[in-house]
Amino acid sequence: MEKTVNQRAWLLVLPVLVLVAFSSIIPMMTVVNYSFQDSFGENIFFWVGLEWYQELLRSERLWDALGRQLLFSFIILMIEIPLGILVALSMPKKGISASICLVLMSLPLLIPYNVVGTIWQVFGRADIGLLGRILSDLGISYNYSQNAFDAWVTVIIMDVWHWTSLVALLAYAGLRSIPKPYYQAAMIDQASRWSVFRYIELPKMRGVLMIAILLRFMDSFMIYTEPFVLTGGGPGNATTFLSIDLVKMALGQFDLGPAAAFSLMYFLVILLISYVFYTVMITIDKDEAKQ
Amino acid sequence: MSENRLPNKKRGSTSMPRARIGALVMTLYLVFLLVPIYWLIIMSFKSNSEILSAFTLFPDNFTLKNYSTILTDPSWYMGYVNSFIYVSLNTVISLLVALPAAYAFSRYRFFGDNHLFFWLLTNRMAPPAVFALPFFQLYSSVSLFDTHIAVALAHCLFNVPLAVWILEGFMRGVPREIDETAFIDGYGFTRFFTKIFIPMIAPGIGVTAFFCFMFSWVELLLSRTLTSVDAKPITAIMTRTVSASGLDWGVLAAAGVLTIIPGAIVIYFVRNHIAKGFALGRV
Repeated sequence: MEKTVNQRAWLLVLPVLVLVAFSSIIPMMTVVNYSFQDSFGENIFFWVGLEWYQELLRSERLWDALGRQLLFSFIILMIEIPLGILVALSMPKKGISASICLVLMSLPLLIPYNVVGTIWQVFGRADIGLLGRILSDLGISYNYSQNAFDAWVTVIIMDVWHWTSLVALLAYAGLRSIPKPYYQAAMIDQASRWSVFRYIELPKMRGVLMIAILLRFMDSFMIYTEPFVLTGGGPGNATTFLSIDLVKMALGQFDLGPAAAFSLMYFLVILLISYVFYTVMITIDKDEAKQ
Repeated sequence: MSENRLPNKKRGSTSMPRARIGALVMTLYLVFLLVPIYWLIIMSFKSNSEILSAFTLFPDNFTLKNYSTILTDPSWYMGYVNSFIYVSLNTVISLLVALPAAYAFSRYRFFGDNHLFFWLLTNRMAPPAVFALPFFQLYSSVSLFDTHIAVALAHCLFNVPLAVWILEGFMRGVPREIDETAFIDGYGFTRFFTKIFIPMIAPGIGVTAFFCFMFSWVELLLSRTLTSVDAKPITAIMTRTVSASGLDWGVLAAAGVLTIIPGAIVIYFVRNHIAKGFALGRV
């Protein structure tokens, strides 16, 4: 399936380009502008060149936050992607039960982030929350506001609870669009469940899974509201992820320069990782298309 | 499907029918999702002091006061109306511009196509905290501040790229022969696109509409920055439950329950599009 060259396709893309560029380019350039300047309020700005960037690269706090952030996103992807696929495979194919599953599954996605944090804040407390109560009744000492490990576990479970359905919905829609003849052919070949998954379902889901992985990577890498409401970044700095650090900096110093430089470096890290992943996926796609 | 199970049995990996395992996984997953939501719901029927003082699986003093606080005060419930207006606007705009663009990306090669495709997604990658001020300046300068369309347009920044990406994935799954056959049969592009192509990717459109709705509905930072009174969204109004006397958990929980409902209705309407695979070779 070789695509045809057609420059007029630009006309189909143009509305998107105009709409997105309007909200994207001017704010981005403004932030770039801030990042090279020092401000003293009252709109007085001084050019400081790369000073903020150099300062940030030397900051140990930033490297710690980056490390935590990478670990967090890695764990999130390792749990949510396989679990989402498993849920999508387990879902009823049609009928009322499929409808019920779809509606119930999407409920956590629809809760505003600050409420998500609040739910788990109460839910995890040993005195008034179900999760904390059950764990303490089982004799497991659990306190997300004192113990760094417990805080991590809570933030991860909260994120899995909140976002796995996104992966599952995408994977499910991908599965549903596989034409029946593929399954019939597999049945004739007496293919095992595993090989149906490995050679039919997984390759056909590659497109939606790429979106799911990229989305979950980007959003988990920028997670802010939920852990902030839950623990405020604590105990200590245990759950101070990059964006929590960024907001602390932006609010704490009343200076847009360093915060803007931080934002841009943050953006570049996400961009770089996403780009590498995207390029690898495209290359695999092309290799398989050749075969 | 019984043929498929035979090899499994030989290996002795499972003796349970696969459908039963699926139901088990699904049940466990739904319980995991719903227990915290149950907690949110019972919190919304409790008074603030009961929430904070005791562990109860069911409200001791069942109260509707939290809901009446919200539903009798226009400064509360108008938040839902405002959110609903800009979210609907955003979903419609996103789908309208993303459909042709996704078609172009899935069918044609053109100058800069791969770079442009990836650039779209980069708009989701900037941590929003520092971008609030430039957004405020931009939308004030075109005198759209505190209007629904301003928030709808600002949310296009992250929803349009998402819509293009998801739709492109679905469109790529439609064989090109369908386009070619339709064009040979004398369909013009517009008629082909609306009459044949769009029905074929209905599941994709359903999923995309839901995601646009959802991401716009829960977004807090941009919508709070771009509004003050007339278009203030519910997510921003909710933050007022934090006051000097601490957090009003009951009202926040009630507001949270009410924010779930519109989205649940949307997913109920698009569920068939998600669940229904498209029939191949309809042309």
